Amino acid sequence: MTGVHAQGAGADLPTHMVADMFKPLSRPAEMIHETSLLVLVICAVIFVVVAGLLLYIVVRFRKKATDNTQEPPQIYGSTNIELAWTVIPILITVVLILVTSRTIGEVQNAKLPEDALQIRVVGHQWWWEVHYPQYGIITANEIHIPVSSKDPQKARPTELILQSADVIHSFWVPQLAGKTDLIPNRTNKMWVDPYTIGTYFGNCAEYCGTQHANMLLRVIVDTPENFEKWVANQKAPVPPPQTPQEIEGRRLYYANACVNCHTIGESVSKGIFGPDLTKLMTRQTIGAGVAPLNHENLLSWVRDPQILKVGCLMPNMQLLDNEVEAITAYLETLK
Amino acid sequence: MSSAELTNTDSDWKLPSQRKVGMICLIITESALFTIFVVAYVWYMGKSLNGPFPKEVLHVPWLASIALFGSSFTVTIAEKFLHKGNRALFHVWWLLTIALGAYFVYFTGAEWYHLIYKENLTISTNVFGSTFYALVGLHASHVIIGLILLSIVVISSFRGKLDPGHSEHVEMIAWYWHFVDAIWVVVLTLVYFISVNY
Amino acid sequence: MASETIVDPDFKVPAPERVGEEGKTWSHVIQNLVFTVDHKKLGLMYIGSGLLFFVVAGIMATLIRVQLFFPRSTFLDPDVFNRFFTMHGTAMVFLVGMPMIFGFANYLIPIMIGTRDMAYPRLNAFGFWVFFFSGLLLYFSYFGAPGLYNAGSAPDVGWFAYSPLTAKAFSRGHSTDYWTLSILLGGIGSLATSINILVTTFCLRCKGMTLGRMPLFVWLFVVVAFLVIIALPPLSACQIMLTLDRYLGAKFFDTQAGGDAVLWQHFFWIFGHPEVYILILPGFAIANEIIPVFSRKPIFGYPIMVAATVMIAFISLGVWAHHMFTVGMTSLGNTFFAISTMVIAVPTGIKIFNWLGTMWGGKLHFELPMIFCLAFLFQFLIAGLTGVMLSVVPFDWQLSDSYFVVAHFHYVLIGALLYTLFAGIYYWYPKAFGRMPNRKLGLWHFWLFTIGFHLTFFPQHISGFLGMPRRIFTYEAGRGWEIWNQLSTIGVIIQIPGILFFVFNLIYSYFKGEEAGDDPWDAWTLEWATTSPPPEYNFEKTPEVRSRRPLWDLKHPDDPDWKFE
Repeated sequence: MTGVHAQGAGADLPTHMVADMFKPLSRPAEMIHETSLLVLVICAVIFVVVAGLLLYIVVRFRKKATDNTQEPPQIYGSTNIELAWTVIPILITVVLILVTSRTIGEVQNAKLPEDALQIRVVGHQWWWEVHYPQYGIITANEIHIPVSSKDPQKARPTELILQSADVIHSFWVPQLAGKTDLIPNRTNKMWVDPYTIGTYFGNCAEYCGTQHANMLLRVIVDTPENFEKWVANQKAPVPPPQTPQEIEGRRLYYANACVNCHTIGESVSKGIFGPDLTKLMTRQTIGAGVAPLNHENLLSWVRDPQILKVGCLMPNMQLLDNEVEAITAYLETLK
Repeated sequence: MSSAELTNTDSDWKLPSQRKVGMICLIITESALFTIFVVAYVWYMGKSLNGPFPKEVLHVPWLASIALFGSSFTVTIAEKFLHKGNRALFHVWWLLTIALGAYFVYFTGAEWYHLIYKENLTISTNVFGSTFYALVGLHASHVIIGLILLSIVVISSFRGKLDPGHSEHVEMIAWYWHFVDAIWVVVLTLVYFISVNY
Repeated sequence: MASETIVDPDFKVPAPERVGEEGKTWSHVIQNLVFTVDHKKLGLMYIGSGLLFFVVAGIMATLIRVQLFFPRSTFLDPDVFNRFFTMHGTAMVFLVGMPMIFGFANYLIPIMIGTRDMAYPRLNAFGFWVFFFSGLLLYFSYFGAPGLYNAGSAPDVGWFAYSPLTAKAFSRGHSTDYWTLSILLGGIGSLATSINILVTTFCLRCKGMTLGRMPLFVWLFVVVAFLVIIALPPLSACQIMLTLDRYLGAKFFDTQAGGDAVLWQHFFWIFGHPEVYILILPGFAIANEIIPVFSRKPIFGYPIMVAATVMIAFISLGVWAHHMFTVGMTSLGNTFFAISTMVIAVPTGIKIFNWLGTMWGGKLHFELPMIFCLAFLFQFLIAGLTGVMLSVVPFDWQLSDSYFVVAHFHYVLIGALLYTLFAGIYYWYPKAFGRMPNRKLGLWHFWLFTIGFHLTFFPQHISGFLGMPRRIFTYEAGRGWEIWNQLSTIGVIIQIPGILFFVFNLIYSYFKGEEAGDDPWDAWTLEWATTSPPPEYNFEKTPEVRSRRPLWDLKHPDDPDWKFE
């Protein structure tokens, strides 16, 4: 089952909506996956042995109807046996420790190339601000990155620099990498290295308030050429509004409080509390993934964001119907 | 069955004193509590974004520290006299302990007054202010509780309600007082000697 | 030379005089409850109020599961949902788990060590009432928390309340203050009770009851009480700091002023991880009593069981940051906490094997308490193994804060702790009320609850693997989570009649149960040497023991334990 993404950049890519951590499609996720499989196997073996033993004991030593009332032999313990079942767990633990510390080092201390793509992700209640410092692009909720390769020579990993503007969030796209928290007053780093194109789904994984559930993430992995095209489009100036309704919409946008929270390109709209709207219509969803970005949803959102995402920090602006339509029309020119 | 067989051979069955075990438990708990405030103080040393900073406003409280440490000795001496049955000298040394403790509380009050009104350092000024007032305040509140306990002893004694059977009660209060002193060693070293480098 | 012991079979303790029972009006009953300092009554009151809060918090969990049945369900508002999971978690840990274990400790420790009451009976009553009112205070937040600006209601910051979500800026009104004060208050009660347990066991053991002869139940509670007095003050400390932040503008967790959000996590988990062992060791304690009796053998390896418990407690103080593998610690820090966490598996494994060793060669009687203990062993095995998976840091980077974690700790707290609590209730019910719990009703309870439990929580492992984070009030269709959530909710629907059977059994057996007699299970520890229910003073004459199983010695004078210990 796939969601509805009629429009937006990368809408034609295969979607990986079921974020199964056992189907990794990126190098750090794959390293984690290998370790996890080993641990799962070890645990499964332990489970089968111990549960089997328990079952055997229950069947073998149950009191039978034919038993006499005599008590069984009283055994108080045995140092040798206890030593045995102390040593075996210790050996297993040592194996686990070695495997764990190795993978920790591989993932956490991996050396990325100097020219790796850097993306700064800032968590907000309840959306993601996304910066591309090397390109001067700011967007939100949907992260575009170029596909990398399994071949170490051609690999082009992406580094994510994680920060938070308010409370703690956590960046989690299971098929690309494990999660890392976004913590106010701190900077965390992680990296992804996907080798299959597609749209990857993820969530905020640290409870961050009312709409934590709707702080959704999409990572859109595309060919380097398409990624460059996307970058070029993001940097291209926005065409001015054409129709009278669009022009009226722009006037209303600037006349209302919208500018206090949102940024649109090189205009006076420089607010930073809400998502950057410069290239709004190149996104697939609205409200950090709460709904597909289409005309009806955008209308509904402009009329009252609390309908689609109750509790979100954008208030109902009490606009008249024609104002809602005009502003929506203007926003739809932002592509 | 022969009940003789069930009889225990070790006829003297000694168990530790309830009061001592209870007091040791209380001291362990309190130490754990203080540890967290100490860790918070260390964690935030040098992390304040704005002044006043410790090196600008803190002065080593020599006199108050000597008073508090001295009170640990006086309380021990007082206990000795109580043990010997010399009530008069017990009263003298015990009251001296209270006086020394009271001086310490007075000093803390004066220090806080100075910091708040002269140096503009309050609990909400910066992380130094928060951790400083919390840690020193927690200690001072323990000194005050100790003073109340010490006073109860001396008042009971004046009213003739303190009999030899209470010597372990008195000993426990002395233990508590030593604990409060020991905490001050940590606070003094950390706050007034180490953190003033920041 | 005291040559008489209470365990003389010919000697019958005279029926106790029930003070205040002549005119049994409600006001008498209430007066009796409020003024009592009897450790047994307080123990039952702890367990009773724990069950009461358990039902309330369980209803919240049910509503949470109903909301998650369908994707994009609008059954609950997000705020209502967030309050429910916060209150559910907080209540289950602080108002159900803690009082239940203290209830067992209170009721049993003095009888097991052959004394007449706790060391400080009035402190004991104080501890109970402080706990009880802390619970009422927490629930009162539903009415009292709107505060001046009508913002907020019950706490909605999650049971570990990560800062800065709890700061004034993100949590307006007073809901978080209710949470903080309630926990601070409850902590005082727990500390009082734990100090009481320690003093009682160290200073009031009956003659001959050396440390090495105490029932393992008592030993484990000594360790638990030690953990409480070391681990709870950090919780109180960080609640004090949070209160200072919220009321006096202090900056402990104010990230705008250089405060550190991670500091809260360190402080909270320095408490929070030992807390897990504070809750699960009493489960082990109960299993340590029940498994030997129904296997008809002494516990296998008593000394190593004690040593393993002490080791678990000691190590548990150094593992807290395994809750924080995703906050961006250095690889060295991650490795250290992974190692310390994995090391805990060794003493825990010893315990499981020693229980198996106890059963090996025995004659297993499948009475209700034993059935619950066997389920406990099986479920704790799963919980332990998922715990090992979570300790593997890279695996944890995926699993942390996912539904896998939810499944894991519910296997610990329900599959292990609650099952042993059920076992303990069935085991000591005849002692407390003089009547046997009904076996048929108990079996209905067991099977419905067990099937429901596994159906609820096993699928959550899988939804965690599929990337479902915890604490989300809704999810979009198509992420592969629907079926697992639906199974989970159906599981809850099956658990509910199980609990109803349990509650009904408690009431039914109180009036209609078979007369139990003093020692219905043919057990070996001192609580079975007095009447059922025990008189207020427990023992006419304080007993004297020579081994870990005084009643075994009595019943088998030709083969007493003390010859072998």
